Amino acid sequence: MDNAISVVGLTKSFGQAKALDGLDLTVARGEVHGFLGPNGAGKTTTIRILLGLLRADGGTATLLGGDPWRDAVALHRRLAYVPGDVTLWPNLSGGEVIDLLGRLRGGLNAQKRKDLLERFDLDPRKKGRAYSKGNRQKVGLIAALASDVELLLLDEPTSGLDPLMEEVFRQVVAEETRNGRTVLLSSHILSEVEALCDRVSIIRLGRTVETGTLAELRHLTRTHITAELATPPNGLAQLPGVHDLKADGSTVRFQVDQAELDAVLRQLTTHGVRSLVSQPPTLEELFLRHYETESQR
Amino acid sequence: MTSLTGTGTLIRLILRRDRVLMPIWMLCMALLPMGLASGTASLYPTDAGRQGYIDSLAASPIMLLFYGQKPAEPSLGALIFWRAATGIVIMGLIGLLVVIRHTRVEEEAGRRELLGSAVVGRHAALAAAVLTVSGASLVVGVLVALGMISQQTPAPGAFAMGLAWAFAGILYAAIGALAAQLTTGAGAARGIAGALLGLDFILRGTGDVAAGGLSWLAWATPLSWVYKVHAYTDDRWWLFALTAAVALVLVLAALRLSARRDVGAGLLPPRLGPAAAPASLRSPFGLAWRLHRGSLTGWTIGLGVVGGVLFGGVAKTASSLLEGNGQLTEIMERIGGKSVASDIFIGGSMGIAAIAVAAYGISAALRMRTEEAALRSEPVLSAGVGRLRWAAGHLAFALLGPTVVMAVTGLVAGLMYGASTGDVGREVPRVIGAALVQMPAVWLLTGLTVAAYGLLPRLSPAVGWVALSVCVLLGQIGAALQLDQIVLDVSPFTHIPHLPGPADVPVTPLLVLTVLAAGLTAAGLAALRRRDIPVT
Repeated sequence: MDNAISVVGLTKSFGQAKALDGLDLTVARGEVHGFLGPNGAGKTTTIRILLGLLRADGGTATLLGGDPWRDAVALHRRLAYVPGDVTLWPNLSGGEVIDLLGRLRGGLNAQKRKDLLERFDLDPRKKGRAYSKGNRQKVGLIAALASDVELLLLDEPTSGLDPLMEEVFRQVVAEETRNGRTVLLSSHILSEVEALCDRVSIIRLGRTVETGTLAELRHLTRTHITAELATPPNGLAQLPGVHDLKADGSTVRFQVDQAELDAVLRQLTTHGVRSLVSQPPTLEELFLRHYETESQR
Repeated sequence: MTSLTGTGTLIRLILRRDRVLMPIWMLCMALLPMGLASGTASLYPTDAGRQGYIDSLAASPIMLLFYGQKPAEPSLGALIFWRAATGIVIMGLIGLLVVIRHTRVEEEAGRRELLGSAVVGRHAALAAAVLTVSGASLVVGVLVALGMISQQTPAPGAFAMGLAWAFAGILYAAIGALAAQLTTGAGAARGIAGALLGLDFILRGTGDVAAGGLSWLAWATPLSWVYKVHAYTDDRWWLFALTAAVALVLVLAALRLSARRDVGAGLLPPRLGPAAAPASLRSPFGLAWRLHRGSLTGWTIGLGVVGGVLFGGVAKTASSLLEGNGQLTEIMERIGGKSVASDIFIGGSMGIAAIAVAAYGISAALRMRTEEAALRSEPVLSAGVGRLRWAAGHLAFALLGPTVVMAVTGLVAGLMYGASTGDVGREVPRVIGAALVQMPAVWLLTGLTVAAYGLLPRLSPAVGWVALSVCVLLGQIGAALQLDQIVLDVSPFTHIPHLPGPADVPVTPLLVLTVLAAGLTAAGLAALRRRDIPVT
């Protein structure tokens, strides 16, 4: 089984600004892949290159076995795209936009269109200028989800949706993947990523910094330890894998890398542990760590 | 008056945003009557000459419709106030457009909301827009007066004329402010205010043309009072008080309406659209049709039908006028070529129509840029539509749309002129030919815009409009300034053969222009295929 998306060493500059700097991304067929990174990391640029709208300066990108630039039109019949900020024609109704985009792609599943309008609670008769941000987003989502395509490219698709609608979005994407569709989901909402994604890639400054399953990524995170000790914790801060150690009398608080946990705990017990609280690692911390800029690190 | 808090700051915002546009229109309007006065003074230096000119123009009802009743005396100032009366309508149009630009457009874009959350009174935004436009109109009025005084016309008359122009702007700024309260869309607000201006113009014109029974119409609407000021002859200052009172009532009404409604909402409910797309909306061409059909219809009716009626309707009168005036004939010959007087006039009119149609072609081509910059090309281009197919939809309207408009202009003008000479069968094909022969030059300007769109997308609007302005300047003023033929040759319109006229039409320039237009379009499309989209 080949990959739906395979990107190696992608580079792209806009004038002086380097948007992508050797980005790698692999999305297997049938998986929901989370695509994370701070604002300006290059997520939208990557997706636009995958859509053949931008031309990469270097590196290779393969989409559904084709070249996204050369085979753009043929590939677009097999995918659907939702931008993070859906803009509509002011004088076209939402229903007209949904039908137009579906027909351009080569057909729309009428039953799905009807169901989605109901589930997303959207009035398709309003003109483009009359929709709120969230409702414009719904038009884009329904237009993409109502067609039977192999691949969904979603660029922060739920921005502006209320929590109820976000829940509907999650259910619909989950159903789509059960039908064998591949999804690339760029998102900032970690609960959404945790609920939907099999694997994630984190990018920063145009480069992939982490990629793997959520379980694998959890191993990269740190456990929080709070311990009350009988003797002062000399030397603990120098151990490899210990971060942000704060001592307050006989109480210490620190974070420890998952890999060093065993060694650190051994050292800790030599100081006579009276109480111990350990908090499991959260993905949020991993992301925040990667989102921080160089200067903050 | 806390409801006006922040008005001063908002006026500065408007001046800052319009720092280029506003001086340009103010200067154009201020120079127009002065230029006309200096030209007329050299063509008709004597009262007798001017009286003859006025009588010959006033013989045509079309002229009365446009300019109102002829002046009672043939002084230069009175003639110019009458002849430049189109400026009154243009001032009204500018007034309503600028006010809507700074009220409803801002509201529709959501920027008004951002301002409204700051320390800004409820009435500040509307008051700032009306005050700014009124102030700018008064400045134009003073400049018009100074320009007329510089042409040795009496100062009271000059100021009466300047104020008449200024009050047209102020009156329609107030009407624009009122229209902006009614609809949620700026386009619909412009339509309402523009329709009122058109109605105002037609009612006054009908009153001026119709002797007897309907002549009260000439006094029926506020804009007609501006015409009735009769600068340089009667100088009816009291009419300004009347116009100002109407404008004030309208502004107060607009403020009342604005205070009663929600930000972003209109008084007329927004209409719903269809829940599903019609069968025609299934291709890039179908989408282009939806986006372009409004402007195509507007241009076909506005220029094709109305312009055609005017050109065809006055052709016979105008040609008899030309026969009696050597200097005017010379000017029209430069645009329309040496031929019998009626052919010169029709050729010249079609040349003017072609310039207007070129503006339509350029704006239709630039629609691609608007779509790209608003990120609306992205969903279409990522839905199985190739770039060339997407561009072809818009180009169909940018290249064929102007052709349709010119053909209709020629057809209508031909019918009107044929009816006046009694030989429709002869005139219709001749006038349509004179209209369509202009197309290669129009296509060239569209092609240039498409080339710029492909190669330099950000600069494409500037390239298109600057190219058109150069053609207008060379065509209108270039000949009068006795510029070198090499300079005049820059404009494609210089190379268009003069029709209707002698039987043998030189085909080579038409072919060269068409091939150049095709080459430029192809270059633009080739660049579009290779470049990044969107370039924002």
